[in-house]
Amino acid sequence: MRALLAAALLCSAGTVLAQDHSHHAMPQAQQAAAPDEHAQHRQPATTGTDGDYRPPALTDADRAAAFPDLSGHDMRGHMDDDPFVWMAMADRLEWQAGDAGDALAWDAKAWFGHDRGRLWLRSAGEREQGHAAEGGIEALWGKPLTPWWDVLAGVRHDLGHDGRDWLALGVQGMAPYKFEVQATAWLGEGGQAALQAEVEYELLLANRLILQPRIEATAYARNDPLHGIGSGLSDVEAGMRLRYEIRREFAPYIGIERRHRFGGSAVYARAAGDATTETRWIAGIRMWL
Amino acid sequence: MTDTMPSINRRKLLRGMALGGAATTLGLWREPTWALATTRHMGVLAGTDFDLGIGRMPVNFSGRDAMATTVNGSLPGPILRWREGDTVTLRVRNTLPQVSAIHWHGILLPANMDGVPGLSFHGIEPGGDYLYRFKVRQSGTYWYHGHSSLQEQAGVYGALVIDPREPEPFEYERDYLVLLSDWTDMDPHRLFARLKKRSDYDNLYKRTAGDFLRDVRELGLTAALADRKAWGAMRMSPTDLADVNGNTYTYLANGRTAAGNWTGLFTPGERIRLRFINGAAMTFFDVRIPGLKLTVVAADGQNVHPVVVDEFRIAPAETFDVIVQPADDAAYTVFAQAMDRSGYTRLTLAPRMGMQAPVPPALDKRALLTMQDLGHGGHAMAAPGEMSCGAAMGMPGMEHSAHAGMPMQAHPVSESRNPDVDMQAMSPTPRLDDPGIGRRDNGRKVLRYADLRSFAPPTDGREPSREIELHLTGNMERFAWGFDGIKFSQAEPVRLEYGERVRLTLVNDTMMEHPVHLHGMWSDLEDADGKFLVRKHTVSIPPGTKRSFRVTADAPGRWAFHCHMLMHMEAGMMREVRVEE
Repeated sequence: MRALLAAALLCSAGTVLAQDHSHHAMPQAQQAAAPDEHAQHRQPATTGTDGDYRPPALTDADRAAAFPDLSGHDMRGHMDDDPFVWMAMADRLEWQAGDAGDALAWDAKAWFGHDRGRLWLRSAGEREQGHAAEGGIEALWGKPLTPWWDVLAGVRHDLGHDGRDWLALGVQGMAPYKFEVQATAWLGEGGQAALQAEVEYELLLANRLILQPRIEATAYARNDPLHGIGSGLSDVEAGMRLRYEIRREFAPYIGIERRHRFGGSAVYARAAGDATTETRWIAGIRMWL
Repeated sequence: MTDTMPSINRRKLLRGMALGGAATTLGLWREPTWALATTRHMGVLAGTDFDLGIGRMPVNFSGRDAMATTVNGSLPGPILRWREGDTVTLRVRNTLPQVSAIHWHGILLPANMDGVPGLSFHGIEPGGDYLYRFKVRQSGTYWYHGHSSLQEQAGVYGALVIDPREPEPFEYERDYLVLLSDWTDMDPHRLFARLKKRSDYDNLYKRTAGDFLRDVRELGLTAALADRKAWGAMRMSPTDLADVNGNTYTYLANGRTAAGNWTGLFTPGERIRLRFINGAAMTFFDVRIPGLKLTVVAADGQNVHPVVVDEFRIAPAETFDVIVQPADDAAYTVFAQAMDRSGYTRLTLAPRMGMQAPVPPALDKRALLTMQDLGHGGHAMAAPGEMSCGAAMGMPGMEHSAHAGMPMQAHPVSESRNPDVDMQAMSPTPRLDDPGIGRRDNGRKVLRYADLRSFAPPTDGREPSREIELHLTGNMERFAWGFDGIKFSQAEPVRLEYGERVRLTLVNDTMMEHPVHLHGMWSDLEDADGKFLVRKHTVSIPPGTKRSFRVTADAPGRWAFHCHMLMHMEAGMMREVRVEE
């Protein structure tokens, strides 16, 4: 006991170590049985560098100490190697100044879940001055397919006056050479189907100054005069955005985007007196949580 | 610090006595005779009976107030000084609102004293305590740290020094601890979540368009394009040396920032033993003392034949004991830079308080990973299950006639078609004599594992009866980590039979270095020819390497076996090793 009491606090000024170390009585509460003396003083192992090593024979006390009863307790709660994680991101939230007027456009997404399955909410669209918002909102379940690709399936609801609903199936991920790719097929009411693919690339002018070319193409299966859509390749947006990441989570940008309408969609546009090509100047913010 | 300046002559006297008669030394040991320096932040607790408390306290390392989780209200926690052969009793109280636990790193003990909640015990409930008691069967420099949740990152760590029964095979007049660590004001779970959202958040050192133009100018267009093509094909970056770096961390030495400049005093001509411990969660440090040669005398608490170097790399959880002998009446900077050169910390050895030596004016040049570093022998490689780079790339099960003479590494089936495996090493080798990334041409003699020669022969000279190969795997982008592509929560234990001698071989199929720690048993590191090199508790496995160590399964129980990069462990790079009769 003298040895126990001899435990000394040899701290310097001791100002931070304000804790009282003067008491060294044996603790009252013991959660574990004290190790059996036999376990501590058992026959030593036979040591040998020439291959005759034998570990010590185990006692019951050794066995009890080796496999304590954890009453079904495991490492969950202490280490979660697949925690619930979420992310919300406004990839593009921008003001567009175009030949035919200005517009507010967005492309946002959020995901919630675990490594092997996440709920994705995605929304993209725009609201031109004097018009209702156009675009869509999607709820998708995403699973990783390969190290670089996720597959997603779910539903889409169109924003706008007639609010069509679609089934959605897509892939997203990173192609070799670090092209970010997202492709989605939609199957809608009345047998309409659509396919949209977008590819982005990040060119680092500096580590925080990033030039991002982006191209997006949309095609439809059927003519849809009501919505001004012709079958086949309908429209293509090609843009270039230059952002500065003040923080990774917050990056203002400027850019330019050019839109082309093709095929039947171009015909419908011309009939309505709209241009089939348009250039828009852009200023926006990219942010995430 | 100055407050507890030791009596040097007394120390010398005692050392002499120790050589003369062990009994006398043991009798005198209780006296505060050793010269282990302390700071205002780190006290020393010595003896056999300890009261420790885990709680929260305010700190300010970054210029902003933040909360740390600490042991006994100091960061690092108190230095615990034990003596080989004693039975120590440690009562650990938990005042946190969460479960907590302390693990004694590298210490041989019964499994229920190891401090891993869910494997060794229930953990320490809020407001509860746990009585650790075990016989100390070793000596040297070790450390302790939290093993519940991510509390280690928040400050639950401290040094363990165990005085030997027998004299050590080296002499010194002064004894200092150098505990390196990484601090962040962020909640560690938010940091983990950030890595899941954007794993390259901290990498502000990626190659830019300007770097490409410079490479075109210096290497030519063909070479520059080929290089970008190789990395682009892998969808990876050669600048990925640290998941979390100096953009997030403040690096500490003995609980002080570089500006705080912890100082240890010496008298010129003295031999100083520096006990280096890397208590960082995610940081490798390269350590040197400009103007002094470092004589490495112990690694992971185990004496080694002295080796003189200018610099050593210390992985998280490793310890190195180094002896220096400053002859001049001058100050010296102990300089520890992060492996990715994103920051550093330092402390000072000086004859008098207030003196300091210049800090090296610049960090070393930031290194770039190469395909050779990744064990690809100069070729990029696609992720398993994806063929995107042509026939020259390695694919599991493919013919590799193009690589005649270079043994191709086989991989576990569980790595194929696995979203958590973004890379496989094609031709990994031990590379124990490799100075490592960023140190190959730095003009300094650097410590390599091949330089470490155990002072003592292995206690178990048997040849391993079998080999267990495990692959370190991950997906950098998803921040998912595991062994053989499987996370801890999904994996079966690695089962060993009590008493058997096995060879554990680790293949690094990632582009990061992983310090791998087996609880409860020693890891006898082998050289490239399979001969015993040195006894360790933490073996670092650089990318593109395959390293082996022998384990004698002489400790029954359920033991943790994991990467000591805290966030990699948390993400699943862990196994249970179960030793049963």
